[in-house]
Amino acid sequence: MSPAWLRVAAPVAIGVLFLALWEGAVRLCGVPVYILPAPSAIAQSLWVDGPSLLGSLLVTLRITLAALAAAALVGGAIALVFSLSRIVEISFFPYAVILQVTPIVAIAPLIIIWVHTPFLALLTCAWIVAFFPIVSNTTVGLNSADRNLLALFRLYGASRWQVLWRLRVPTALPYFLAGLRISGGLALIGAVVAEFVAGTGGSETGLAYRILEAGYRLAIPRLFAALFMLSVTGIVIYLVLDVISRRLLQHWHESATTEEEE
Amino acid sequence: MAGSSPAKAAEECVQALPEAEPPATGEPILALRGVGKRFASGLEALSGIDLAVARGEFLSLLGPSGCGKSTLLRIVAGLSPPSAGDRRLLVDRAPGRIGFVFQDPTLMPWSTVRANVLLPFRIAGVRGTEPRERALAAIRSVGLGGFEDAYPRQLSGGMRMRVSIARALVTDPDLLLLDEPFAALDEITRLQLNDDLLRLWERHRPTILFVTHSVFESVYLSTRIAVMSARPGRISADLAVALAQPRTRATRMSTEYVAMCDSVSAHLAQAMGTA
Repeated sequence: MSPAWLRVAAPVAIGVLFLALWEGAVRLCGVPVYILPAPSAIAQSLWVDGPSLLGSLLVTLRITLAALAAAALVGGAIALVFSLSRIVEISFFPYAVILQVTPIVAIAPLIIIWVHTPFLALLTCAWIVAFFPIVSNTTVGLNSADRNLLALFRLYGASRWQVLWRLRVPTALPYFLAGLRISGGLALIGAVVAEFVAGTGGSETGLAYRILEAGYRLAIPRLFAALFMLSVTGIVIYLVLDVISRRLLQHWHESATTEEEE
Repeated sequence: MAGSSPAKAAEECVQALPEAEPPATGEPILALRGVGKRFASGLEALSGIDLAVARGEFLSLLGPSGCGKSTLLRIVAGLSPPSAGDRRLLVDRAPGRIGFVFQDPTLMPWSTVRANVLLPFRIAGVRGTEPRERALAAIRSVGLGGFEDAYPRQLSGGMRMRVSIARALVTDPDLLLLDEPFAALDEITRLQLNDDLLRLWERHRPTILFVTHSVFESVYLSTRIAVMSARPGRISADLAVALAQPRTRATRMSTEYVAMCDSVSAHLAQAMGTA
């Protein structure tokens, strides 16, 4: 196994090398800043426009986190209902799939027409993108309870609810958390796509709209700065969910195993 | 070893071998009459099983893989209805009167050893200090004192199996059903757990039905062995094991033990159609 420092140093070195090549190529070939700005120009834009971009980021982040929370709650609840009734599951699951495979860009205009509050409209779009991995993962998890443990619960006279809360729900937790990590990234994508379609969304301007605006104005360094902030946000969301997941599963699940323990 | 001389015991043992009546150790606790099981696939797993078990017996169900031993155990536990015949359980039907140990430890990985052993009480809705004390006693009786707050993942395979046995014992069941509990363990752990199970049985005298495919294990542990044949599963021989109690590692060295293993092996070979 490679040492821990190499796991950090190697990707960082690649990143620095890539930025240096980019900077060098842009300067040597004299690429105009409205086609491809050098990393130094992007950094400068990040410094200058950072505060106002950060305000927009908070708008987008609020929609993302609200959509993720709604996806976790509603998705988890839908999965619970599915697990309680096989007939409900086979009746409704195809429609969850349809909602998932229909491109959000195509339904976003409709949602924005139907839902008058801009925040709720954007939230709905992001939620549609984010809820499916949680529903499908959690449904699988709830149905994955160990057969012998199920038999044991039956032997000791457990009720349906006891089987659900003491056996099926804990069994499903790692599946739910894996779904949540996927949904975290999807909620951000959903929020950005919805903002693209919706435009300013009232008085508050999200980061996606700032990207569009920067594109129209050929303020390409600012566009890159906003993109950079979006990527960092996505990474932070993933890392936070990963830490939460490890915390919750640390005592028992293989996915949270640290190397010393095994 | 306590009790009779080896030579005398061997003589008794040999005399006891052919068609011996099971030792009447107590009142009947379980009666199966003509029990059969046919699965939806059409596979006939069991046919015409007659079996009476008395309180305090340690009965091994011995047979090759696929002879329906585990199916029979599940029928006894009430986890699977027989498709023919009649199962009469002469114990209190309240939950917890039957303990079941699977081949896998079958623990809840998200719960500590203590919480796993407490499960039967938690399901029954019994709270307070008494269940906790009984759980602690059960955990100690399988030699896991001090591991109450460990998670299953932190334990070895043998220790997990001990937790599983503690959970089955915690309700002080009348009938303890074990489905090849030690088959997946290494030989050293298996021998150790055999001895531990014997000590538990001597102390509490639960009635035990023990499924195994090991001749040596069945002879060492049981007071009686039901040899099963496959397709469909039937009981082809019902043998009393007249080895002296208590059994210790010295038992394995005795001539009567070897003779009994030999005899049981012969019955098993006959059951498998290779005699």
